[in-house]
Formats: sequence, C-alpha cells, structure tokens
Amino acid sequence: MSVIYLLISISIVVAILFCFAFIKAVKSGQYDDDYTPSVRMLFDDELKKKENNHNNTN
Amino acid sequence: MDTQNCYHCGLGYADKDEIVFNDKSFCCNGCKTVYEIFTLNGLTDYYSFEKTPGATPTEINGKYDFLENQEIAYRLLEFHEQDTHIVSLYIPHIHCSSCIWILENLNRLNIGVSSSQVNFHNKKVRIVYNPEKTTLKEIVHLLCNIGYEPYISLDNYEARKKKVNRELIYKLGVAFFCFGNVMLLSFPEYFEMEEYWLDNYKGFFRWLIFGLSLPSFLYAASGYYISAWKSIKTGMLNIDVPIALGIIVMFIRSTVDIIFGYGQGFFDSLTGLVFFMLLGRLFQQKTYNFLSFERDFKSYFPIAVTKILQDKSETSVSVYDVAAGDRLLIRNQELIPVDGILISDDTAIDYSFVTGEADPINKKSGDKLFAGGRQIGKIIEMEVLSSVSQSYLTQLWSNDIFTKKDRQDYKTITDTISRYFTPALLIIAGLSFVYWAFIDLNTAFNVFTAVLIVACPCALALSAPFTLGNILRIMGRKKLYLKNATVVEQMAKVDTIVFDKTGTITTNKKSDIVYEGTPFTDDELLLIKNVLRGSNHPLSRRLYDFLPTTDTLLTDDFTETIGKGIKGKINGKQIKIGSAHFIGLTKQLTLQTAVYISIDGEFKGKYVFANSYRNGVKALFENLSNNYELKILSGDNEGEREILKQLLPPDTRCIFNQKPEQKLAFIENLQKEGKNVMMIGDGLNDAGALAQSNVGISVSEDINVFSPACDGILDATKFESIAYFLKLSKKAIKTIKMSFGISLTYNAFGLTAAISGKLSPLTAAIVMPLSTITIISFVTIMSNYYAKKESKN
Repeated sequence: MSVIYLLISISIVVAILFCFAFIKAVKSGQYDDDYTPSVRMLFDDELKKKENNHNNTN
Repeated sequence: MDTQNCYHCGLGYADKDEIVFNDKSFCCNGCKTVYEIFTLNGLTDYYSFEKTPGATPTEINGKYDFLENQEIAYRLLEFHEQDTHIVSLYIPHIHCSSCIWILENLNRLNIGVSSSQVNFHNKKVRIVYNPEKTTLKEIVHLLCNIGYEPYISLDNYEARKKKVNRELIYKLGVAFFCFGNVMLLSFPEYFEMEEYWLDNYKGFFRWLIFGLSLPSFLYAASGYYISAWKSIKTGMLNIDVPIALGIIVMFIRSTVDIIFGYGQGFFDSLTGLVFFMLLGRLFQQKTYNFLSFERDFKSYFPIAVTKILQDKSETSVSVYDVAAGDRLLIRNQELIPVDGILISDDTAIDYSFVTGEADPINKKSGDKLFAGGRQIGKIIEMEVLSSVSQSYLTQLWSNDIFTKKDRQDYKTITDTISRYFTPALLIIAGLSFVYWAFIDLNTAFNVFTAVLIVACPCALALSAPFTLGNILRIMGRKKLYLKNATVVEQMAKVDTIVFDKTGTITTNKKSDIVYEGTPFTDDELLLIKNVLRGSNHPLSRRLYDFLPTTDTLLTDDFTETIGKGIKGKINGKQIKIGSAHFIGLTKQLTLQTAVYISIDGEFKGKYVFANSYRNGVKALFENLSNNYELKILSGDNEGEREILKQLLPPDTRCIFNQKPEQKLAFIENLQKEGKNVMMIGDGLNDAGALAQSNVGISVSEDINVFSPACDGILDATKFESIAYFLKLSKKAIKTIKMSFGISLTYNAFGLTAAISGKLSPLTAAIVMPLSTITIISFVTIMSNYYAKKESKN
C-alpha cells in the first residue's frame, strides 16, 4: 500500500503543474479580455473577392 | 412610409435625403463613403455580422494635426522601435462583432498597419504599424473616415500606464488549487471509519493537507489580514477583522489538532472559505470595472493647440507648452484651453462648461476669453494671458471638492453592522471560554476557537457587495450609471432632491417655435427683431435667434417689465412683445409658453414655444413629492417661474439666478440642516453642487460626450425613471438587511453547536459554504425580483 505515497505525490505534482500553468496563462494576459477572442474565431479567414467592378457613380 | 433606415448606420431619414449606391440606401454622403471604402477593399462582410453597425464619420478638418508633432505622437505610442510602432487607441463606438472585425482588418485599408487587435471590454484597439509606410495621423484619419473616431485626450498624453492588476486572479487560482486538493484528501476522514489503512496513513494525509493549505492561508487570504490590520490601526472595526480572526484561529487550532493528533482540523473549511470569499471579490471587481466611467475634466481639453508663429506660420504645440503672449488659433467647436484676449473681430463663446445655462456669449476684439469656453463660429485668433495651470477652470477643478469622492467618514451598512458584530462575537467567545474553563480547560480552548471559526461572517461580508453589485448592473441596464456601490446605499438615505433647471428638467435641444396669427410683413419682422435685441429674457433670446437676420435699427423708448414683456418704439411705431396680459388680451392660456405681439396697439399674433420640458416631468415630481422634499435651482432668471409652478407640486421651492458657488452653498446649507441631499444636474456649472451633495447625478444627453465629477450619470431619456431608481435603492438595502438576518440565523445555529462544544469539522465544512451559497443566491434572486416588481408599478 505504500504505493499511495507515490501516487499521491504524483497527483499533487500534476496539480501543481496545472496551477502553475494557470498562473502563467493569466500572467501572459490571456484572461484580460474574455470576449473578443470568442468573436474573432468566428470570422472567415478569407475575404470576399474585391467587388469593385461596379462603376456606377450616383 | 416616410422614413427608412440607413444601410450603414441604421439611422432613420426622410425619403428626400436618401442616397442610393449599389442598391443600398444611405442617410448621408458620409455613410455612403464608408460603405464605398469597405466595398473597394473587399470588406463588405462588415455588414453581415451585425445589421447597420456603422457610425457616420465626423468632420476632421485638421483636428488631428497635432499628431504630426513628434513629441506628442511619441507620448501616445506604447512602443516604438525603428520600423515598429504600437499605439492603443480608445474608440467609444466599438459595440459589436462587426466593429471587431473591421478594426482587426485595418491592414486591408492601410498597408502600413501590420496588425491590429481589439479589446472589446476596454473599447480599445491596439495597432502595430510601420512608421516608414504610414503615420499615426494617417491611421487616426482612416479611423475617422470609417466612422471610428478615436478618443485622444490629455489622459493619453500624460502616459499614465496602468498596470493590469491580476493579483486577485492569481489568488483565486491558488485558493482553488488548495481548496480542491484539500477537500479530496480530507474526504476519507469524514466517514470516521475505523479502518486499518486509513488509520495507517492518517498522519501522511493530515500533513499533506496542512502543507496544501499553507499557500491559501499565507498568500490567497493575505488581503484580509492587511485590511483587518489597517482597520484595527484606524480604530474602526470593519468586517474583515472577524474574517481574518476566524481564518487565523482556524489555522492555529487545526495545526494544534494535527500536531497532537486530536483530529483532522478545519483545513477544508478554511480553504473553502478563502476560495468562496475571493470568488465574491472577483465578482464585485468585475461588476465595478464594467461600470467604471470616471474621467476627469482633462478629457475635455484638446491636447494640442494651434500656435501662430512670428512669421504667420501655424504649428501645433501641446497645451503645456503654451506660454503667456503666444497667439493661438481656435476653430469652430474647439475649446479655449487657456485664458486669453480675443484678437479677431468678434466671436461667440459657449460657456456651458463653466456657467452651463446661457446661450453663446458674443465677444469683441480685445475682450477676455476664459478657459473652458467653446468657440462657435468662424476661426479666431487669441493671445494667451496665462498658461494652462493657472487658468480659472483648472483652479476650479483642482479644488478639493471635486476630488473628495471617497468619503472617509461614510460608513457602509456592512461597516455599521460589523462594528457591533465584532465586539459581540468576542464577548460570546470570551464568555463561553470562561464558562467551560471551570469544567474542562481543554474543551474551553476548543469552544473558544470553535466560536470564532463558525461565526466567521463570510456570508455577511458577501451579501452587501453581491446585492449592490447586482443592483448596479440592473440600473446600468436601465441607463443609470453609478460610480460605485456606496452610491446605492446613499441613494436609499436621500430625503431631499435638488434639481437643476436648464438641461436637467428641460432638454438642451432647441425648442421649436411656431407662429400663430396674422402673417408679418418683412418690415414688421425687422421691427420685432430689433426690439427683441434689447431684451435678455430667455424667450426673447430664443425668439431673436429664431427670426431671420436683419439690419439694425435704433430703438427708442425701450422698456422691459420683468416677468411681463418688453415694449419699444421704432420709426414711430409702438411694438409690444410679452404675455397676453401685457399686450392687453384677457384670456390666459394654460401651460403653453407663448409670446404675444402687438404693433401700435393692434394684436398681431403669438409665437408658441414648444414645451422644452422633458417628458414625464410633472408625473415624476408628483410621484417624488410624496416621499421627498423637492427643490429647483436655476442659473437662469425668473422668467419661467410661472410655468415651473404649474409643473411642480405646490410646496416646491424654486431659486433662481444661482451662480455655481451659490448652488454649492445651497446644498451645503441643506446638509447642515441634517438633510441627505441628492442633486440632479447637468454639468460643470453645477459640478460643485453635484460633488457636495450626498448623491450627485448628472443628466446626460449623450453619455460618450459628457461625464463630470459626479456619483452617477443618467441617460436623459430615462429622466422619468428617477423615482424608480430611488425605490430600487431602498429595496436593495432591505434585501441586504434580510440577508443579514439569514446569515445571523446560520451563525446562531453554528454558535449553539460551538458553545456546547460539539462542532465537528464535518459540520463546519458543510455549514460554512452552505451559508455562503444561500446568501448569494438569496440576494441575487431578491434584487432581481424587486427590480422587476418595481418596474411594473
């Protein structure tokens, strides 16, 4: 049963890694704006073909 | 159908103004041009994300010439290297996904821009560009041309880089990490089974829990210790004191428990508590950030002015570089940045920022111009008398009254409660210790600490921020933007409401004037206009502006009877302008504001002024007068006293001809009488009064444009909802008091268990988060319920 020492230590280490990753993510500014990226990902990468063949000038 | 909506900006327009382009219809050339720019660059997707997302571009004509000045441009830049410049611009118009899309595709419109990124909540766009290919001015012009005019002010110039404070998020992350792991590891002991393996590893689990709770105890909760220490030092016990005390006692007791093997301690409750409280704090911060609008007066000043050099050439300089003796060029609608003397022939200055009420004041060559006025008319030249720091407006604003906002002496409802709560808690803990000390010293210590732990008033600390935060958001949705949560509490205490007249209960928009009666000949109009010229009555001024421009004639025999009318003689003709009675008519019409005109004793007709009072003013006043004392302050003369009387409940006091200082003094006197005053005004001229009052609300026709030092900004269209907002604030306080009741009941139960010495870690772990969660849901549900219920009434 002493394997539990090993297992728990590993799980704690993993948890600490996640905690560290979270702090790093916050530090890099990822959580500063939580709205724009959600909209940005929906935009098409390709733009429409230029529609400048209308020469009407009124 | 008479009106259609513009494809670009969505504004309605009359058919005759329609501009058709590419089968789309637009309200003006500006909108059409923006559409054209987008089509030419293949950016028509702009219109597919959101319907009519655009804004009509504004005229710029050299407004941003100061960006050519390297020094100013560099101050605005966030970063500059050889071929990379980065600038963050605040663009108030950002409001939808189309805005994000177009602004992030700026590189299609200007090849110098390498990338741009929008921060939606801050309404900011961060543009990376190559200075060799484009300039800041070009980018700003481009933004203006597509209807996204950035907002550049002295704030940018002073380059106060605000560091983003992410500490709370770190703390929250750490607290959650500790909470989750501690809970997981404490779980086995909850069942208290006499099991071999469990018993064997107890020590390991306990010390691991101890270790895991350390970051939460030492780092995540540190804010509470600091706040508690500060409050003890100032001698005012705030709610953080019992919280910090509870946490510390909990930690010490738990540590003692595991060292001597008494039990597993309360580490699970401790970490849970810290996590939930930080969560509450984050919610609070998010709400407040969202609503924060504070801008100081500097936002109104243009940051650079155009200086005329000796050789008649023009250059833009920063406001701070202006010295006495310099000559400045002021365009139409520009603010006068410093005191000076008018060099050009004549101009009109709108001092509404300073005095608020009056129409533009005409100035002649050699007249003194004061800082803060807005120039109206053709371009003028002025000579600077004093530099910007000395000018009148800066002094006015530098006055302490404008910065006092965070009233030190004001006690929030939570503070008031905690002043009684903390001593009571200590007394209960002390008494139960003494009682148990006679029976068993060991139990006595247990009971003492258990009381402090279980009474930890986290629910108490959370209920006020959650209720008030929620109320702030509800009010924000209904277009009253309050500065902070304290304002809601203060609003609930208000018993006297002072209204400013012009711009507050009347609209700023020019009222329509309609003539009814025998048509005038041109000669007659000439006479009327010239008689009106002599009068300073608001109605005369308005009518004078309304009539077409004519030659100037000399008026003989001009007399003005205050409150009645004016008469004058021109070319032998006797002209009388004024009330019906003044002209000699008997029937007095009611609410209609009209000016009657007679020439040589013969009644000709009347000019009817459309009522410029806001909708629902009468109903609002009637509603308010039941519960509040109402007063009207006005910078205008008494001309409208009669009209006002008809609008207002009979016991309302109206005071006219008030200067800004007098308004301030008036509020101060009311406060000395022990009144809680709410001032509702429109701007800078009553800014002193707004700041002095317990609650100062400024009514704004356009929120993006206007925000002086005040506690809240009310959208003018919602003026009639003031009674609703006041009621809602009262309900908010009621909700908080009810939640205090619930929280104290929980505490009473917990305390009973604690005093009798039977508090198990499991009970604590269940009761403490449960109380927190019930309180938070209770206040959220109640405040939403009240908001709905009251809006129906």
